Amino acid sequence: MGRIGYFLLYICLSIVAVFQIFPIVWLFLFSLKDNREIFAGSPFALPSEIQWQNYVNVWQGGIGNYFFNSVWITGVSIVLTLLFASMAVFVITRMTWKLNKFFLGLFMVGLMIPIHSSLIPLFSMFLSVNLIDNPWSIVLTYTAYNLPITMMILLGFFYTIPKEIEEAAIIDGASLHRLFFRIILPISTPILSTTAIINMIYNWNEFVFVNTFIASDRYKTLTVGIQNFVGQYMTDWGAIGATLVISVLPILVAFLFFSNKIVDGISSSAVKG
Amino acid sequence: MNKVMSDKWFITLYILPAMLLLGILIFIPLILTGYYGLMRWDGIGSMEFIGLTNYINVIQDGVFWRSAGHSFLLALFSTLSLIIYLAVAMILASKIKGSDFLRKIYLIPMLLSSVAIAQLWIKIYNPSNGMLNEILRGLGVQNPPLWLADPNIVLYSIFVPILWQYAGFYILIYYAALKGIPESIVEAAKIDGATPVQIAFKIKLPLIMGVVKVTVVLAIIGSLKYFDLIWVMTGGGPNGASEVMASYMYKLAFANNNFGYGSAVAFMLLLITLLVTLVVRKLTADKEEIQY
Repeated sequence: MGRIGYFLLYICLSIVAVFQIFPIVWLFLFSLKDNREIFAGSPFALPSEIQWQNYVNVWQGGIGNYFFNSVWITGVSIVLTLLFASMAVFVITRMTWKLNKFFLGLFMVGLMIPIHSSLIPLFSMFLSVNLIDNPWSIVLTYTAYNLPITMMILLGFFYTIPKEIEEAAIIDGASLHRLFFRIILPISTPILSTTAIINMIYNWNEFVFVNTFIASDRYKTLTVGIQNFVGQYMTDWGAIGATLVISVLPILVAFLFFSNKIVDGISSSAVKG
Repeated sequence: MNKVMSDKWFITLYILPAMLLLGILIFIPLILTGYYGLMRWDGIGSMEFIGLTNYINVIQDGVFWRSAGHSFLLALFSTLSLIIYLAVAMILASKIKGSDFLRKIYLIPMLLSSVAIAQLWIKIYNPSNGMLNEILRGLGVQNPPLWLADPNIVLYSIFVPILWQYAGFYILIYYAALKGIPESIVEAAKIDGATPVQIAFKIKLPLIMGVVKVTVVLAIIGSLKYFDLIWVMTGGGPNGASEVMASYMYKLAFANNNFGYGSAVAFMLLLITLLVTLVVRKLTADKEEIQY
Protein backbone atom coordinates (compact mmCIF):
# COMPACT_ATOMS: atom_id res chain seq x y z
CA MET A 1 0.00 0.00 0.00
CA GLY A 2 1.38 3.37 -1.02
CA ARG A 3 1.61 6.69 0.70
CA ILE A 4 -1.70 7.87 -0.78
CA GLY A 5 -3.44 4.74 0.46
CA TYR A 6 -2.32 5.37 4.02
CA PHE A 7 -3.26 9.02 3.72
CA LEU A 8 -6.81 8.08 2.70
CA LEU A 9 -7.09 5.60 5.57
CA TYR A 10 -6.02 8.28 8.04
CA ILE A 11 -8.64 10.62 6.61
CA CYS A 12 -11.33 7.96 7.20
CA LEU A 13 -10.16 7.29 10.75
CA SER A 14 -9.96 10.99 11.54
CA ILE A 15 -13.49 11.63 10.30
CA VAL A 16 -14.71 8.90 12.65
CA ALA A 17 -12.67 10.40 15.48
CA VAL A 18 -14.08 13.89 14.90
CA PHE A 19 -17.60 12.49 14.77
CA GLN A 20 -17.05 10.65 18.06
CA ILE A 21 -15.38 13.45 19.95
CA PHE A 22 -16.75 16.71 18.60
CA PRO A 23 -20.15 16.69 20.38
CA ILE A 24 -18.26 16.39 23.66
CA VAL A 25 -15.85 19.19 22.75
CA TRP A 26 -18.85 21.33 21.87
CA LEU A 27 -20.33 20.55 25.31
CA PHE A 28 -17.12 21.74 27.04
CA LEU A 29 -17.11 24.87 24.90
CA PHE A 30 -20.66 25.95 25.63
CA SER A 31 -20.34 25.13 29.33
CA LEU A 32 -17.84 28.01 29.43
CA LYS A 33 -19.90 30.52 27.47
CA ASP A 34 -22.83 32.74 28.33
CA ASN A 35 -26.14 32.54 26.47
CA ARG A 36 -25.45 35.53 24.25
CA GLU A 37 -22.29 33.93 22.94
CA ILE A 38 -23.81 30.46 22.59
CA PHE A 39 -26.76 31.71 20.56
CA ALA A 40 -25.01 34.36 18.49
CA GLY A 41 -21.56 32.88 17.95
CA SER A 42 -20.33 29.93 15.96
CA PRO A 43 -20.57 26.54 17.71
CA PHE A 44 -16.88 26.02 16.90
CA ALA A 45 -15.66 29.26 18.50
CA LEU A 46 -13.67 29.30 21.72
CA PRO A 47 -15.32 31.28 24.54
CA SER A 48 -14.27 34.94 24.33
CA GLU A 49 -14.35 35.23 28.10
CA ILE A 50 -14.34 32.00 30.07
CA GLN A 51 -17.45 31.79 32.25
CA TRP A 52 -16.35 29.76 35.29
CA GLN A 53 -19.39 31.31 36.90
CA ASN A 54 -21.56 28.64 35.24
CA TYR A 55 -19.81 25.97 37.29
CA VAL A 56 -19.95 27.95 40.52
CA ASN A 57 -23.67 28.60 40.03
CA VAL A 58 -24.71 25.00 39.47
CA TRP A 59 -22.48 23.67 42.25
CA GLN A 60 -24.02 26.12 44.69
CA GLY A 61 -27.44 25.33 43.23
CA GLY A 62 -27.24 21.89 44.87
CA ILE A 63 -25.53 19.59 42.43
CA GLY A 64 -22.96 18.84 45.13
CA ASN A 65 -25.54 16.73 46.95
CA TYR A 66 -26.22 14.57 43.86
CA PHE A 67 -22.50 14.25 43.33
CA PHE A 68 -21.94 13.03 46.87
CA ASN A 69 -24.78 10.47 46.54
CA SER A 70 -23.30 9.16 43.30
CA VAL A 71 -19.88 8.81 44.92
CA TRP A 72 -20.95 6.82 47.98
CA ILE A 73 -23.55 4.67 46.21
CA THR A 74 -21.08 3.84 43.43
CA GLY A 75 -18.30 3.14 45.95
CA VAL A 76 -20.25 0.92 48.35
CA SER A 77 -21.77 -1.05 45.46
CA ILE A 78 -18.34 -1.66 43.94
CA VAL A 79 -16.94 -3.00 47.22
CA LEU A 80 -19.91 -5.32 47.78
CA THR A 81 -19.95 -6.54 44.16
CA LEU A 82 -16.22 -7.28 44.12
CA LEU A 83 -16.29 -9.02 47.50
CA PHE A 84 -19.31 -11.24 46.76
CA ALA A 85 -18.25 -11.94 43.18
CA SER A 86 -14.71 -12.98 44.13
CA MET A 87 -16.00 -15.16 47.00
CA ALA A 88 -18.39 -16.95 44.65
CA VAL A 89 -15.82 -17.26 41.85
CA PHE A 90 -13.27 -18.58 44.35
CA VAL A 91 -15.46 -21.48 45.45
CA ILE A 92 -16.62 -22.15 41.88
CA THR A 93 -13.12 -22.29 40.40
CA ARG A 94 -10.94 -23.52 43.26
CA MET A 95 -13.04 -25.74 45.51
CA THR A 96 -14.05 -29.32 44.77
CA TRP A 97 -17.81 -29.86 44.87
CA LYS A 98 -20.57 -31.22 42.71
CA LEU A 99 -22.73 -28.22 41.95
CA ASN A 100 -20.11 -25.74 40.80
CA LYS A 101 -20.97 -26.08 37.10
CA PHE A 102 -24.64 -25.64 37.92
CA PHE A 103 -24.04 -22.43 39.90
CA LEU A 104 -21.71 -21.13 37.25
CA GLY A 105 -24.44 -21.61 34.63
CA LEU A 106 -26.98 -19.92 36.87
CA PHE A 107 -24.79 -16.86 37.31
CA MET A 108 -24.13 -16.64 33.59
CA VAL A 109 -27.87 -16.75 32.82
CA GLY A 110 -28.01 -13.53 34.83
CA LEU A 111 -26.05 -11.86 32.03
CA MET A 112 -28.90 -12.22 29.57
CA ILE A 113 -31.75 -10.74 31.59
CA PRO A 114 -33.20 -7.44 30.36
CA ILE A 115 -33.59 -5.30 33.49
CA HIS A 116 -36.95 -3.95 32.38
CA SER A 117 -38.44 -7.41 32.71
CA SER A 118 -37.83 -7.41 36.45
CA LEU A 119 -38.40 -3.75 37.23
CA ILE A 120 -42.05 -3.93 38.34
CA PRO A 121 -41.60 -6.81 40.83
CA LEU A 122 -38.41 -5.17 42.14
CA PHE A 123 -40.38 -2.00 42.76
CA SER A 124 -43.15 -3.81 44.62
CA MET A 125 -40.67 -5.90 46.63
CA PHE A 126 -38.80 -2.81 47.76
CA LEU A 127 -42.10 -1.08 48.50
CA SER A 128 -43.18 -3.92 50.79
CA VAL A 129 -39.94 -3.81 52.82
CA ASN A 130 -39.88 0.00 52.95
CA LEU A 131 -36.83 0.37 50.75
CA ILE A 132 -38.45 2.62 48.16
CA ASP A 133 -36.91 6.07 48.34
CA ASN A 134 -34.05 4.56 50.31
CA PRO A 135 -30.57 4.56 48.74
CA TRP A 136 -29.91 0.98 49.95
CA SER A 137 -32.38 -0.32 47.39
CA ILE A 138 -30.05 1.13 44.77
CA VAL A 139 -26.91 -0.29 46.37
CA LEU A 140 -28.46 -3.77 46.56
CA THR A 141 -29.71 -3.65 42.98
CA TYR A 142 -26.39 -2.42 41.58
CA THR A 143 -24.57 -5.14 43.49
CA ALA A 144 -26.86 -7.89 42.24
CA TYR A 145 -27.04 -6.77 38.62
CA ASN A 146 -23.27 -6.27 38.31
CA LEU A 147 -22.40 -9.66 39.84
CA PRO A 148 -22.69 -11.71 36.60
CA ILE A 149 -20.44 -9.49 34.47
CA THR A 150 -17.93 -9.09 37.33
CA MET A 151 -17.80 -12.82 37.89
CA MET A 152 -17.30 -13.42 34.19
CA ILE A 153 -14.25 -11.15 34.08
CA LEU A 154 -12.82 -12.70 37.28
CA LEU A 155 -13.41 -16.28 36.16
CA GLY A 156 -10.56 -16.51 33.66
CA PHE A 157 -8.01 -15.16 36.13
CA PHE A 158 -9.08 -17.37 39.03
CA TYR A 159 -8.77 -20.52 36.91
CA THR A 160 -5.11 -19.68 36.21
CA ILE A 161 -4.00 -19.32 39.84
CA PRO A 162 -1.45 -22.14 40.45
CA LYS A 163 -2.62 -24.91 42.78
CA GLU A 164 0.78 -24.85 44.55
CA ILE A 165 -0.06 -21.50 46.13
CA GLU A 166 -3.10 -22.97 47.84
CA GLU A 167 -1.32 -26.16 48.83
CA ALA A 168 1.53 -24.25 50.42
CA ALA A 169 -0.86 -22.06 52.37
CA ILE A 170 -2.96 -24.98 53.63
CA ILE A 171 0.12 -27.02 54.59
CA ASP A 172 1.42 -24.02 56.52
CA GLY A 173 -1.78 -24.23 58.51
CA ALA A 174 -3.69 -21.28 57.04
CA SER A 175 -7.46 -21.46 57.20
CA LEU A 176 -9.52 -21.15 54.02
CA HIS A 177 -10.62 -17.66 55.04
CA ARG A 178 -7.04 -16.65 55.52
CA LEU A 179 -6.10 -18.20 52.18
CA PHE A 180 -8.86 -16.22 50.46
CA PHE A 181 -8.38 -12.84 52.12
CA ARG A 182 -4.61 -12.86 52.62
CA ILE A 183 -3.40 -14.65 49.49
CA ILE A 184 -6.02 -14.98 46.74
CA LEU A 185 -7.43 -11.45 46.96
CA PRO A 186 -4.01 -9.72 47.05
CA ILE A 187 -2.70 -11.61 44.01
CA SER A 188 -5.93 -10.79 42.17
CA THR A 189 -5.49 -7.04 42.58
CA PRO A 190 -4.88 -6.31 38.87
CA ILE A 191 -8.03 -8.07 37.69
CA LEU A 192 -10.03 -6.74 40.66
CA SER A 193 -9.09 -3.18 39.74
CA THR A 194 -10.23 -3.81 36.16
CA THR A 195 -13.62 -5.02 37.38
CA ALA A 196 -13.80 -2.14 39.86
CA ILE A 197 -13.44 0.41 37.10
CA ILE A 198 -15.96 -1.33 34.86
CA ASN A 199 -18.37 -1.36 37.81
CA MET A 200 -17.66 2.30 38.43
CA ILE A 201 -18.70 3.21 34.89
CA TYR A 202 -21.92 1.17 35.11
CA ASN A 203 -22.93 2.47 38.54
CA TRP A 204 -22.03 6.08 37.95
CA ASN A 205 -24.07 6.19 34.75
CA GLU A 206 -27.05 4.07 35.79
CA PHE A 207 -30.40 5.75 35.31
CA VAL A 208 -33.45 3.46 35.34
CA PHE A 209 -33.17 2.06 38.88
CA VAL A 210 -32.58 5.45 40.50
CA ASN A 211 -35.33 7.02 38.43
CA THR A 212 -37.76 4.31 39.55
CA PHE A 213 -36.83 3.66 43.19
CA ILE A 214 -35.82 7.12 44.41
CA ALA A 215 -38.34 9.93 44.70
CA SER A 216 -36.85 12.55 47.02
CA ASP A 217 -34.18 14.94 45.91
CA ARG A 218 -31.75 14.29 48.74
CA TYR A 219 -31.13 10.66 47.68
CA LYS A 220 -30.92 11.18 43.93
CA THR A 221 -27.70 10.51 42.09
CA LEU A 222 -26.20 12.70 39.38
CA THR A 223 -27.81 10.96 36.40
CA VAL A 224 -31.31 11.59 37.70
CA GLY A 225 -30.40 14.83 39.46
CA ILE A 226 -29.18 16.49 36.29
CA GLN A 227 -32.61 15.84 34.80
CA ASN A 228 -34.09 18.17 37.47
CA PHE A 229 -31.37 20.69 36.89
CA VAL A 230 -31.90 20.84 33.18
CA GLY A 231 -35.58 21.51 33.84
CA GLN A 232 -34.67 24.30 36.24
CA TYR A 233 -32.16 26.03 33.97
CA MET A 234 -34.28 25.51 30.87
CA THR A 235 -32.93 28.50 28.94
CA ASP A 236 -29.51 28.88 30.56
CA TRP A 237 -27.40 26.68 28.29
CA GLY A 238 -24.14 27.56 30.02
CA ALA A 239 -25.47 26.21 33.32
CA ILE A 240 -26.80 23.05 31.68
CA GLY A 241 -23.45 22.53 30.00
CA ALA A 242 -21.62 22.95 33.28
CA THR A 243 -23.97 20.44 34.95
CA LEU A 244 -23.36 17.87 32.25
CA VAL A 245 -19.59 18.38 32.35
CA ILE A 246 -19.55 17.90 36.13
CA SER A 247 -21.52 14.68 35.72
CA VAL A 248 -19.17 13.17 33.11
CA LEU A 249 -15.87 14.49 34.45
CA PRO A 250 -15.13 11.76 37.03
CA ILE A 251 -15.44 9.05 34.38
CA LEU A 252 -13.32 10.98 31.90
CA VAL A 253 -10.63 11.53 34.55
CA ALA A 254 -10.72 7.83 35.39
CA PHE A 255 -10.36 7.09 31.69
CA LEU A 256 -7.36 9.38 31.46
CA PHE A 257 -5.54 7.40 34.17
CA PHE A 258 -6.85 3.89 33.65
CA SER A 259 -7.66 3.76 29.95
CA ASN A 260 -5.81 0.48 29.46
CA LYS A 261 -7.70 -1.18 32.29
CA ILE A 262 -11.01 0.06 30.88
CA VAL A 263 -10.14 -1.14 27.39
CA ASP A 264 -9.10 -4.56 28.75
CA GLY A 265 -12.17 -4.86 30.91
CA ILE A 266 -14.60 -3.96 28.14
CA SER A 267 -13.01 -6.16 25.53
CA SER A 268 -12.63 -9.18 27.82
CA SER A 269 -16.18 -8.87 29.14
CA ALA A 270 -17.63 -8.90 25.64
CA VAL A 271 -15.36 -11.26 23.74
CA LYS A 272 -15.66 -14.03 26.27
CA GLY A 273 -19.44 -13.78 26.22
CA MET B 1 -5.68 -31.24 51.02
CA ASN B 2 -8.71 -32.42 49.02
CA LYS B 3 -10.69 -32.64 52.21
CA VAL B 4 -9.92 -29.03 53.02
CA MET B 5 -10.79 -27.88 49.49
CA SER B 6 -14.26 -29.46 49.63
CA ASP B 7 -15.32 -27.94 52.94
CA LYS B 8 -19.13 -27.77 52.57
CA TRP B 9 -19.61 -25.03 55.16
CA PHE B 10 -17.04 -22.81 53.55
CA ILE B 11 -18.51 -23.30 50.06
CA THR B 12 -22.03 -22.50 51.26
CA LEU B 13 -20.87 -19.45 53.19
CA TYR B 14 -18.97 -18.01 50.23
CA ILE B 15 -21.53 -18.66 47.53
CA LEU B 16 -24.51 -17.57 49.61
CA PRO B 17 -24.31 -13.73 49.33
CA ALA B 18 -24.03 -13.79 45.53
CA MET B 19 -26.70 -16.49 45.25
CA LEU B 20 -29.16 -14.67 47.50
CA LEU B 21 -28.74 -11.35 45.70
CA LEU B 22 -29.12 -12.94 42.30
CA GLY B 23 -32.03 -15.11 43.35
CA ILE B 24 -34.00 -12.43 45.16
CA LEU B 25 -33.26 -9.46 42.91
CA ILE B 26 -33.01 -11.07 39.46
CA PHE B 27 -34.57 -14.52 39.19
CA ILE B 28 -37.59 -14.21 41.50
CA PRO B 29 -38.66 -10.85 39.97
CA LEU B 30 -38.46 -12.43 36.53
CA ILE B 31 -40.95 -15.13 37.53
CA LEU B 32 -43.12 -12.58 39.36
CA THR B 33 -43.35 -10.45 36.21
CA GLY B 34 -45.03 -13.31 34.39
CA TYR B 35 -47.32 -13.85 37.40
CA TYR B 36 -48.27 -10.16 37.80
CA GLY B 37 -49.20 -10.20 34.12
CA LEU B 38 -52.17 -12.40 35.10
CA MET B 39 -53.53 -9.73 37.44
CA ARG B 40 -55.46 -6.52 37.35
CA TRP B 41 -53.38 -4.37 39.68
CA ASP B 42 -52.53 -0.71 40.24
CA GLY B 43 -49.32 -1.50 42.14
CA ILE B 44 -50.65 -0.50 45.57
CA GLY B 45 -54.12 -1.99 46.11
CA SER B 46 -55.05 -5.67 46.02
CA MET B 47 -54.57 -7.82 42.93
CA GLU B 48 -57.38 -9.40 41.02
CA PHE B 49 -56.72 -12.55 39.01
CA ILE B 50 -57.94 -12.10 35.44
CA GLY B 51 -56.26 -15.03 33.70
CA LEU B 52 -54.65 -14.42 30.34
CA THR B 53 -56.67 -11.26 29.60
CA ASN B 54 -53.62 -8.96 29.80
CA TYR B 55 -51.55 -11.19 27.54
CA ILE B 56 -54.36 -11.46 24.98
CA ASN B 57 -54.71 -7.67 25.08
CA VAL B 58 -50.98 -7.20 24.52
CA ILE B 59 -51.14 -9.41 21.44
CA GLN B 60 -54.00 -7.29 20.08
CA ASP B 61 -52.45 -3.98 21.21
CA GLY B 62 -51.54 -1.85 18.17
CA VAL B 63 -49.40 0.51 20.27
CA PHE B 64 -47.35 -2.40 21.58
CA TRP B 65 -46.65 -3.79 18.11
CA ARG B 66 -45.83 -0.35 16.76
CA SER B 67 -43.33 0.06 19.63
CA ALA B 68 -41.98 -3.42 18.96
CA GLY B 69 -41.58 -2.43 15.30
CA HIS B 70 -39.47 0.56 16.38
CA SER B 71 -37.34 -1.70 18.59
CA PHE B 72 -36.76 -4.10 15.70
CA LEU B 73 -35.90 -1.21 13.38
CA LEU B 74 -33.27 -0.11 15.89
CA ALA B 75 -31.98 -3.70 15.99
CA LEU B 76 -31.71 -3.67 12.19
CA PHE B 77 -29.79 -0.38 12.13
CA SER B 78 -27.52 -1.49 14.97
CA THR B 79 -26.70 -4.70 13.13
CA LEU B 80 -26.05 -2.94 9.82
CA SER B 81 -23.81 -0.37 11.50
CA LEU B 82 -21.62 -3.26 12.69
CA ILE B 83 -20.31 -3.46 9.10
CA ILE B 84 -18.93 0.09 9.37
CA TYR B 85 -17.41 -0.63 12.79
CA LEU B 86 -15.79 -3.77 11.43
CA ALA B 87 -14.32 -1.82 8.52
CA VAL B 88 -12.95 0.85 10.87
CA ALA B 89 -11.48 -1.84 13.12
CA MET B 90 -9.83 -3.53 10.11
CA ILE B 91 -8.15 -0.26 9.13
CA LEU B 92 -7.12 0.40 12.73
CA ALA B 93 -5.61 -3.04 13.12
CA SER B 94 -3.57 -2.83 9.91
CA LYS B 95 -0.43 -1.42 11.53
CA ILE B 96 -1.61 2.17 11.57
CA LYS B 97 0.40 4.55 13.74
CA GLY B 98 -1.64 5.99 16.59
CA SER B 99 -4.26 3.24 16.45
CA ASP B 100 -4.12 2.93 20.23
CA PHE B 101 -4.94 6.61 20.67
CA LEU B 102 -7.72 6.62 18.06
CA ARG B 103 -9.33 3.53 19.57
CA LYS B 104 -9.53 5.32 22.92
CA ILE B 105 -11.01 8.44 21.35
CA TYR B 106 -13.69 6.30 19.72
CA LEU B 107 -14.56 4.73 23.06
CA ILE B 108 -15.24 7.96 24.97
CA PRO B 109 -18.99 8.32 24.19
CA MET B 110 -19.60 4.85 25.60
CA LEU B 111 -18.23 5.91 28.99
CA LEU B 112 -20.70 8.73 29.46
CA SER B 113 -24.12 8.31 31.03
CA SER B 114 -27.08 8.00 28.72
CA VAL B 115 -28.71 10.94 30.48
CA ALA B 116 -25.75 13.22 29.78
CA ILE B 117 -25.61 12.02 26.18
CA ALA B 118 -29.36 12.52 25.79
CA GLN B 119 -29.18 16.06 27.16
CA LEU B 120 -26.21 16.86 24.96
CA TRP B 121 -27.99 15.61 21.83
CA ILE B 122 -31.16 17.48 22.74
CA LYS B 123 -28.96 20.56 22.56
CA ILE B 124 -27.35 19.45 19.29
CA TYR B 125 -30.80 18.93 17.76
CA ASN B 126 -32.23 22.19 19.16
CA PRO B 127 -34.06 23.71 16.18
CA SER B 128 -32.95 27.31 16.66
CA ASN B 129 -29.61 27.20 18.51
CA GLY B 130 -28.39 23.61 18.18
CA MET B 131 -25.05 22.77 16.62
CA LEU B 132 -26.58 20.72 13.81
CA ASN B 133 -28.99 23.36 12.51
CA GLU B 134 -26.38 26.10 12.90
CA ILE B 135 -24.11 24.11 10.63
CA LEU B 136 -26.96 23.38 8.19
CA ARG B 137 -27.91 27.06 8.06
CA GLY B 138 -24.27 27.89 7.52
CA LEU B 139 -24.37 25.57 4.51
CA GLY B 140 -27.38 27.45 3.17
CA VAL B 141 -30.25 25.15 4.23
CA GLN B 142 -33.27 27.44 4.66
CA ASN B 143 -35.54 25.43 6.92
CA PRO B 144 -33.54 22.74 8.71
CA PRO B 145 -35.75 19.96 10.19
CA LEU B 146 -37.22 19.89 13.69
CA TRP B 147 -35.24 16.78 14.53
CA LEU B 148 -37.06 15.64 17.66
CA ALA B 149 -40.49 17.13 17.05
CA ASP B 150 -41.17 15.79 13.56
CA PRO B 151 -42.87 12.38 13.89
CA ASN B 152 -41.49 11.28 10.53
CA ILE B 153 -37.84 11.61 11.48
CA VAL B 154 -37.75 11.56 15.29
CA LEU B 155 -36.98 7.83 15.39
CA TYR B 156 -33.93 8.22 13.16
CA SER B 157 -32.82 11.33 15.05
CA ILE B 158 -32.69 9.19 18.19
CA PHE B 159 -30.95 6.26 16.49
CA VAL B 160 -27.95 8.45 15.63
CA PRO B 161 -26.82 9.11 19.23
CA ILE B 162 -27.55 5.49 20.18
CA LEU B 163 -25.29 4.22 17.40
CA TRP B 164 -22.78 6.98 18.21
CA GLN B 165 -22.65 5.87 21.84
CA TYR B 166 -21.83 2.24 21.06
CA ALA B 167 -19.58 2.66 18.00
CA GLY B 168 -16.36 2.67 20.03
CA PHE B 169 -17.43 -0.41 21.97
CA TYR B 170 -17.84 -2.56 18.87
CA ILE B 171 -14.72 -1.15 17.19
CA LEU B 172 -12.81 -2.07 20.34
CA ILE B 173 -14.14 -5.63 20.37
CA TYR B 174 -13.34 -6.17 16.67
CA TYR B 175 -9.92 -4.63 17.12
CA ALA B 176 -9.13 -6.97 20.00
CA ALA B 177 -10.30 -9.95 17.93
CA LEU B 178 -8.26 -8.89 14.88
CA LYS B 179 -5.16 -8.41 17.01
CA GLY B 180 -5.62 -11.97 18.23
CA ILE B 181 -5.04 -13.38 14.73
CA PRO B 182 -1.52 -14.82 14.56
CA GLU B 183 0.82 -12.70 12.46
CA SER B 184 2.17 -15.80 10.69
CA ILE B 185 -1.16 -16.52 8.94
CA VAL B 186 -1.35 -13.03 7.44
CA GLU B 187 2.34 -13.14 6.47
CA ALA B 188 1.89 -16.49 4.74
CA ALA B 189 -1.03 -15.10 2.72
CA LYS B 190 1.05 -12.07 1.71
CA ILE B 191 3.86 -14.28 0.48
CA ASP B 192 1.32 -16.23 -1.56
CA GLY B 193 0.39 -12.94 -3.22
CA ALA B 194 -2.94 -12.14 -1.55
CA THR B 195 -4.12 -8.52 -1.81
CA PRO B 196 -5.10 -6.57 1.32
CA VAL B 197 -8.78 -6.89 0.33
CA GLN B 198 -8.42 -10.65 -0.08
CA ILE B 199 -6.67 -10.89 3.27
CA ALA B 200 -9.48 -8.92 4.92
CA PHE B 201 -12.37 -10.93 3.45
CA LYS B 202 -10.89 -14.37 2.92
CA ILE B 203 -8.65 -14.67 5.97
CA LYS B 204 -9.33 -12.15 8.72
CA LEU B 205 -13.12 -12.09 8.53
CA PRO B 206 -13.59 -15.89 8.70
CA LEU B 207 -11.14 -16.07 11.61
CA ILE B 208 -13.07 -13.56 13.74
CA MET B 209 -16.52 -14.81 12.70
CA GLY B 210 -17.15 -16.12 16.22
CA VAL B 211 -16.71 -12.65 17.67
CA VAL B 212 -18.82 -11.10 14.90
CA LYS B 213 -21.67 -13.43 15.83
CA VAL B 214 -21.40 -12.46 19.50
CA THR B 215 -21.61 -8.78 18.55
CA VAL B 216 -24.64 -9.38 16.34
CA VAL B 217 -26.41 -10.99 19.29
CA LEU B 218 -25.30 -8.17 21.61
CA ALA B 219 -26.47 -5.49 19.16
CA ILE B 220 -29.87 -7.10 18.66
CA ILE B 221 -30.57 -7.80 22.33
CA GLY B 222 -29.29 -4.36 23.33
CA SER B 223 -31.60 -2.73 20.78
CA LEU B 224 -34.70 -4.70 21.72
CA LYS B 225 -34.44 -3.67 25.37
CA TYR B 226 -33.20 -0.14 24.69
CA PHE B 227 -34.67 2.57 26.90
CA ASP B 228 -32.49 5.29 28.43
CA LEU B 229 -31.79 7.77 25.62
CA ILE B 230 -35.29 7.49 24.19
CA TRP B 231 -36.90 8.06 27.56
CA VAL B 232 -34.87 11.19 28.29
CA MET B 233 -34.93 12.67 24.78
CA THR B 234 -38.57 12.22 23.76
CA GLY B 235 -40.33 10.02 26.33
CA GLY B 236 -41.52 8.00 23.33
CA GLY B 237 -43.16 11.03 21.67
CA PRO B 238 -44.28 12.91 19.76
CA ASN B 239 -47.47 10.89 19.82
CA GLY B 240 -45.76 7.51 20.14
CA ALA B 241 -43.55 8.10 17.10
CA SER B 242 -40.43 7.06 19.02
CA GLU B 243 -42.01 4.62 21.48
CA VAL B 244 -40.13 1.34 22.00
CA MET B 245 -41.13 -1.74 23.99
CA ALA B 246 -39.29 -0.76 27.18
CA SER B 247 -40.55 2.83 27.20
CA TYR B 248 -44.12 1.64 26.60
CA MET B 249 -43.83 -0.79 29.50
CA TYR B 250 -42.33 1.89 31.77
CA LYS B 251 -45.08 4.35 30.90
CA LEU B 252 -47.83 1.78 31.58
CA ALA B 253 -46.45 0.80 34.97
CA PHE B 254 -44.90 3.91 36.45
CA ALA B 255 -46.89 6.72 34.80
CA ASN B 256 -50.33 5.10 34.46
CA ASN B 257 -50.08 2.75 37.49
CA ASN B 258 -51.24 -0.09 35.29
CA PHE B 259 -48.90 -2.64 36.89
CA GLY B 260 -50.75 -5.74 35.69
CA TYR B 261 -50.76 -4.79 32.04
CA GLY B 262 -47.27 -3.30 32.32
CA SER B 263 -46.04 -6.65 33.67
CA ALA B 264 -47.60 -8.47 30.75
CA VAL B 265 -45.74 -6.13 28.36
CA ALA B 266 -42.52 -6.63 30.36
CA PHE B 267 -42.94 -10.39 30.10
CA MET B 268 -43.51 -10.15 26.35
CA LEU B 269 -40.31 -8.08 26.15
CA LEU B 270 -38.46 -10.88 27.93
CA LEU B 271 -39.99 -13.59 25.72
CA ILE B 272 -39.26 -11.69 22.50
CA THR B 273 -35.66 -11.02 23.57
CA LEU B 274 -35.04 -14.67 24.49
CA LEU B 275 -36.75 -15.92 21.34
CA VAL B 276 -34.77 -13.61 19.05
CA THR B 277 -31.54 -14.58 20.83
CA LEU B 278 -32.31 -18.24 20.22
CA VAL B 279 -33.20 -17.67 16.57
CA VAL B 280 -30.08 -15.58 15.90
CA ARG B 281 -27.87 -18.16 17.63
CA LYS B 282 -29.48 -20.91 15.56
CA LEU B 283 -29.17 -19.03 12.27
CA THR B 284 -25.52 -18.19 12.85
CA ALA B 285 -24.60 -21.56 14.32
CA ASP B 286 -21.44 -23.03 12.83
CA LYS B 287 -21.28 -26.40 11.23
CA GLU B 288 -17.55 -26.42 11.80
CA GLU B 289 -15.50 -24.19 14.06
CA ILE B 290 -12.47 -22.62 12.43
CA GLN B 291 -9.30 -23.39 14.33
CA TYR B 292 -5.99 -21.67 14.16
